[in-house]
Amino acid sequence: MALKETPVLDFGYDRYDFKDPEQYVYKSRKGLSKQVVEEISGLKGEPDWMRQFRLKSLEIFRKKSLPTWGGDLSTLNFDEIYYYVRPTEKQRHSWDEVPEYIKNTFDRLGIPEAERKFLAGVGAQYESEVVYHKIRSDLEKEGVIFLDTDTAVREHSDIVKQYFGTVVPPEDNKFAALNSAVWSGGSFIYVPEGVHVEMPLQAYFRINAQNMGQFERTLIIAEPGSFVHYIEGCTAPVYSTDSLHSAVVEIIVKKGARVRYTTIQNWSKNVYNLVTKRTVAYEDATMEWVDGNLGSKLTMKYPSVYLLAPGAKGDILSIAFAGRDQHQDAGGKVVHVAPYTTSTIVSKSISKENGRASYRGLLKVHKGAVGVRSSVRCDALLLDETSRTDTYPYIEIEEEQVTVGHEATVGKVGDDQIFYLMSRGISEAEALSMIVMGFIEPFAKELPMEYAVELNRLIELEMEGSVG
Amino acid sequence: MENGTDLEIRNLVVSTGGKQILKGVNLTIRKGEIHALMGPNGSGKSTLALTLMGHPRYLIEEGKIVYKGHNILEMKADERARMGLFLGFQYPFEIKGVMFSHLLWNAYTALKGIPTEDGKKKTPLSPLEFRKLLSEKLKLLEMDESYADRYVNDGFSGGEKKRAEILQLAVLQPEIAILDETDSGLDIDALKIVAHGVNSLSGPHMGILLITHYQRILRYIQPQFVHVMVEGKIVRTGGYELSQELEARGYNWILEELAKETVTQNT
Repeated sequence: MALKETPVLDFGYDRYDFKDPEQYVYKSRKGLSKQVVEEISGLKGEPDWMRQFRLKSLEIFRKKSLPTWGGDLSTLNFDEIYYYVRPTEKQRHSWDEVPEYIKNTFDRLGIPEAERKFLAGVGAQYESEVVYHKIRSDLEKEGVIFLDTDTAVREHSDIVKQYFGTVVPPEDNKFAALNSAVWSGGSFIYVPEGVHVEMPLQAYFRINAQNMGQFERTLIIAEPGSFVHYIEGCTAPVYSTDSLHSAVVEIIVKKGARVRYTTIQNWSKNVYNLVTKRTVAYEDATMEWVDGNLGSKLTMKYPSVYLLAPGAKGDILSIAFAGRDQHQDAGGKVVHVAPYTTSTIVSKSISKENGRASYRGLLKVHKGAVGVRSSVRCDALLLDETSRTDTYPYIEIEEEQVTVGHEATVGKVGDDQIFYLMSRGISEAEALSMIVMGFIEPFAKELPMEYAVELNRLIELEMEGSVG
Repeated sequence: MENGTDLEIRNLVVSTGGKQILKGVNLTIRKGEIHALMGPNGSGKSTLALTLMGHPRYLIEEGKIVYKGHNILEMKADERARMGLFLGFQYPFEIKGVMFSHLLWNAYTALKGIPTEDGKKKTPLSPLEFRKLLSEKLKLLEMDESYADRYVNDGFSGGEKKRAEILQLAVLQPEIAILDETDSGLDIDALKIVAHGVNSLSGPHMGILLITHYQRILRYIQPQFVHVMVEGKIVRTGGYELSQELEARGYNWILEELAKETVTQNT
């Protein structure tokens, strides 16, 4: 009788693990100092208000201590990081003008092809700078602005200044302060009143250099009645030393508007991914976070929504895959400030080998926020005996007239389920991938079809050959 | 004389969790034959079914299972399925997020697919042709078209699950079908529909091992052979009349006869 072998699931990284030689225009020296911050601001030719904002943030960063909860940050060395790397002299609006080796990188990642097929606009960030940016001209004519944030600071200073740092102030946490001091790149999106951007806008973030720190800053403003779907993807080559990705994303969704923000994070396993993402939603506005975390060494990320006016709605759908030596500390945060606001949080995690997936969530209802409805659900799937899952659901409710539900499950891939599928002729690897895909189906079905197919392909591909 | 198309079970001794369940089972099933395996609860019928399909929980202590001339004991369930075996489960499992149509498409490809150069398999039917096949079989089992897009057994009643097992049988068309208590949980109308489904699928190209606790289903699916299992052994084999006798007299008379035989042997 053959003994049962443990099925293995792994996301293949070969496709993303390639390095370009460093041919940079400018690379800051290692470590963080006032001088580095001033250099970044100077090279960008920023207005004085932004320079002051950065310097103030650096002071806050120095005063703040590291979080004592979440993942292990003891091996993160701030002095070993390159905080600013400028790969090219100038941003381009045609792929043909982007330096050959960088264009090749994004070709291999499938970005220009996706742009041709189903995107309304694309930004491609390589190290610290956005090297390519383009939006369909019809959207531009409707007044939609889709730029890298650096360009937006120069060209739309009035709008940027009004909102920048208001949703996530530098005082929020140590990494928000760090980003505020050294930020570079990221997307700026402004959707005028009533405009629906039907096709998604996408940004792709690529780290190439070793010991790199990438600190993009994204700001999205959806005027009343508008809609936009923004997608971000990210990868990096595999190095033996650590890199740091620490982004700040601020979103303002005004009356009756809707924003969907989809992330497929697939950093290599040497990247610390410490990101602050937050939305404020006004009357009858809807914010949807669709947050997929596949890669990184440690991710600490809790997309959040502050529901500030009646009728506002926040949905957070998050999946995390924690493979060998990975810790995904992810979840979501919803704060019901106003009455008659609704929210859902659905979190799905998969852990294997010694991987650890933690759900960390906060549901808060302020006093006076009557008629709030909220449901939180987190499901964890363990693929073997050494994998780990934890749940930290914080619920703070100051109002009595609310309807709140919370449900959590932990399951293992059952031998019986695998046997059931195998009895139909399906191989063990395929059976496991079907079960895993079924588990994250609520997430996959929210993705644009091309991404769902890619996710499916990633899982299936890696099952083959990994099961004995 | 071993026939290359038979399923032959020889002196099969099987244990699970340290407990011996099957204590020397012998049985041969040929294509075109319908065998009923009856017996009291706990006699080892389901263990036999799961062992034949290769469930890893069951340990073979002795004996062999030969199918098409190959000893299949070392084969995993998917290989056995690809050789032509099928198990209709007594308790089918739920798989959330996976649609029946998806499961059946993958299974159909694995069983009937044509190998391609890259080591994968290509389904002989186009997605549209497959959908048509699936629709026909749904109709045969009087199941609504919407079942195709429901998640595998998710939220199904006991009866719906059993019907869905026969749907899978109908689509996958194996050579030997083991149906483990397909009748339990079915009301009389559903039983008739399922029996009609099985009858229209059976024929010279398929052998069936129908495992049941009750005689009821045998009114609709008539076996040529009836076996009675008691305490891990097949103790009686006969024709259809044996099942009628069991219906009239229950299992006790067999147990009593067995007790007498034991006494005789001991004296």
